[in-house]
Amino acid sequence: MRERVVITGMGVCAPNGITLETFSQALQTGKSGIEYHPQLRELKFGCQIAGRPVIEASYLNKYFTSLEQRGLNSSGLVYGVIAGMDAWQDAGMKPTEADNTDWDSGVIFGTGILGVDKFREAIHLVDEGKTRRLGSTSVIQTMASGISAFLGGKLGLGNQVTTNSSACTTGTEGVLMAYDRIVSGKAKRMLAGSCSDSGPYVWGGFDAMRILPRNFNDDPTKGSRPMSATAAGFVPGSGAGALVLESLDSALKRNARIYAEVLGGAVNCGGQRSGGTMTAPNDIAVQRCISEAINQSGINADEIDCINGHLTATTKDAVEIDNWCQALGRSGDTFPYINSFKSTIGHCLAAAGSIECVGSVLQLARKEVFGNVNCEDIHPDILKRIHPSRIPANSLKIAPEVIAKASFGFGDVNACVIFKQFKS
Amino acid sequence: MTQNDRYQKLRAIIEPYLPDDVSADSITLESHLINELNINSANLVDIVLDVEDEFDITLENEDMDDMQTVGDALNMIESKIK
Repeated sequence: MRERVVITGMGVCAPNGITLETFSQALQTGKSGIEYHPQLRELKFGCQIAGRPVIEASYLNKYFTSLEQRGLNSSGLVYGVIAGMDAWQDAGMKPTEADNTDWDSGVIFGTGILGVDKFREAIHLVDEGKTRRLGSTSVIQTMASGISAFLGGKLGLGNQVTTNSSACTTGTEGVLMAYDRIVSGKAKRMLAGSCSDSGPYVWGGFDAMRILPRNFNDDPTKGSRPMSATAAGFVPGSGAGALVLESLDSALKRNARIYAEVLGGAVNCGGQRSGGTMTAPNDIAVQRCISEAINQSGINADEIDCINGHLTATTKDAVEIDNWCQALGRSGDTFPYINSFKSTIGHCLAAAGSIECVGSVLQLARKEVFGNVNCEDIHPDILKRIHPSRIPANSLKIAPEVIAKASFGFGDVNACVIFKQFKS
Repeated sequence: MTQNDRYQKLRAIIEPYLPDDVSADSITLESHLINELNINSANLVDIVLDVEDEFDITLENEDMDDMQTVGDALNMIESKIK
């Protein structure tokens, strides 16, 4: 019999909350983490609003030694270590002792690109002929796997320790990679998560593609408008999310608190065919991914109570809703509740999937469905497919049993995971 | 600045690189940076950069190879300052 997999710990470092509790409150009340960034105006960005976790310098002392903090200039690494270590602690786990490696636990912590600001420092020094001034910190803060390496070392983990990368699908894909590893009996516990740097060097390329909103610089909290008729592009974000996935057997033996069960899921790619491109999804692939996730999870489409969509606040939101309708065979008022946390955190890119998985599981734990902000004017094409009651504006005290969470990314890649209230 | 001043400055440079279980009091002129003070060998390049900044000198790659103990480092600094 295949192992059941449960979630026993979570951590988050999001624009609207850097602890599980504050993040949870923020999603419950619709508190936005989107702010105006003067630096983006100075750099002549069209979109000058963004989501960035707010972290006091002294807060880092809990996570990084004073030596590690010297020359630390990799925001994604900071967010990832905070979220990852918090998740491990939340699961009731501790770093191992000095001469003890935990062979049964591993890390899959993804990112799109790590330590961009640190890399910029290095580029300037190299160009000035001062390569030796890079010191020892340049590589470890800019290698993509720096984040999984830091976490693996801090916690003493000896199973697979790696970093995945699949654009905005990264975090959700990582959860499924961790799930697979536990289901196959290769690990007892996996810390799954993802992080994304903040700042102009990450966000600039998207601004250049003209897919970020330019008309909300004076009203930042209104800028991220998933499912809205006035959605004008995604607001760039940053941060990290982390979940501890564990075999049910191991969780029960440890008497660990169980947030939810991971029933299964699917990842695929549209091959950039049938309308799919580097930047747009192949709808057939999206629908297949959702259907396969449901099949893999051993449930019926009717059992899904709530969807946490990818829903970035572009014109593609209506297409995504249509894909869900077709994949589930549900529409109108039989469609599940649906929400997008991007309305308050923006699109956290490689970190989006993991932060939103944490938010999705919090809904199961808190027995509620979080509301959506900034879609009081639901897009007419969405209203043609589903009833407006399915898009709650305020959080509902309704306990969902099954939540589907999907992420889609550049490269035409898709991931969908199914979470369920845990019942022994 | 006396030689002792320079020694104290060098100790202050080395101190942050010590692992948690090595006390700053254990730094002596004879201490081997890697074998006795258990400093991560990757951090030696950072100590060299800190020394360069503190004493306004430049160390060459071969100087680094000769820098095994705290005393070696101090002698290196003395020779560069003169």
